[in-house]
Amino acid sequence: MAHVENTTALNTGFEDRLEGISVAMPRDFLLLLKPRVMSLVIFTALVGMVMAPVHLNLAISTISILCIAIGAGASGALNMWFDADIDAVMSRTATRPIPGGRVTRSEALGFGIVLSGFSVVLLGLLTNWLAAGLLAFTIFFYAVIYTMWLKRSTPQNIVIGGAAGAFPPVIGWAAMTGSVSLEPVVLFAIIFLWTPPHFWALALFKSSDYGRASIPMMPNVHGNRSTQNQIFGYSLLLAASGAAPWLLGYSSLGYGVIAILLGAEFIREAWLVLRMDANDAKMIPAKRLFGYSIFYLFALFLALLVDALVAGAVA
Amino acid sequence: MKPELVELSEQQKRARKARNAAIGIALAIFVVILYVGTWAKFGANLFNRAL
Repeated sequence: MAHVENTTALNTGFEDRLEGISVAMPRDFLLLLKPRVMSLVIFTALVGMVMAPVHLNLAISTISILCIAIGAGASGALNMWFDADIDAVMSRTATRPIPGGRVTRSEALGFGIVLSGFSVVLLGLLTNWLAAGLLAFTIFFYAVIYTMWLKRSTPQNIVIGGAAGAFPPVIGWAAMTGSVSLEPVVLFAIIFLWTPPHFWALALFKSSDYGRASIPMMPNVHGNRSTQNQIFGYSLLLAASGAAPWLLGYSSLGYGVIAILLGAEFIREAWLVLRMDANDAKMIPAKRLFGYSIFYLFALFLALLVDALVAGAVA
Repeated sequence: MKPELVELSEQQKRARKARNAAIGIALAIFVVILYVGTWAKFGANLFNRAL
């Protein structure tokens, strides 16, 4: 009898091993890197590099951007490893590679750790260790401070966690100059202040999703009205910080005009969110603000990039 | 006793082949990055050493 039980146990193990053999395609591992977030990281890091007052070496700057992008992607993989349980119950994230059953959690963890190590070491060897240290800190901040701690414990999660998304232009600047000055800190402030209205607009029309996953987003904890008020407050600060590069003399009047116009439209969209009924079923203004916020950040940094390139060409 | 061997499904075989190709391409890109990066960082100084 004991022999039969052992045989059964062995067979069961065999079946498990067979089931456990991965069916993940390379595309699934690419999705672990959050390619859309990565594209924003690449773009903002590029702006930080181009604004730096040094001659850019094409090969070094290209590899630096690649390292920053892969480091950011690795932190995304670590985020998906840790958050697989809550991703599975949210409509926006349920089809990600781990909850979709295509990649195992251990595969994502290994992938994230290996890419983190390679990106930081390569950036350090090819540029400087300040930039590499900032990249390592960003990965740690996003994967540990935000994902493992803040996200599930406070409605200020994306406010503080937004720092992780704001670091790429600082890393780009540091990679080129070996130092950090006020210019990249202003870029950091723009992305940092952009994060709350961007994510809270999303949280307003996805609050049931976050509620199911027990994530304490602002609308779920303090209600829609309080979130709408805070979105408007942050939008005012964001519009002011958007114009800061011109006000501080880092950019031209042309950039200043574009930043003011983009900021004014951001405030108008946030005003519509503020005026929206807190119990509105469709949340159209919140959806519009979410979409506009993505365009805003892209357009603002594009204006900074063009301005820096023109200034460089003239000089 | 004949050992019980794992027989991969077609999907598992296809996925493994695709992953192997991707790892190969990634390694090749990594080598090129290191080569180009080393030249870009050190330039002609690569030859400035005791032979």
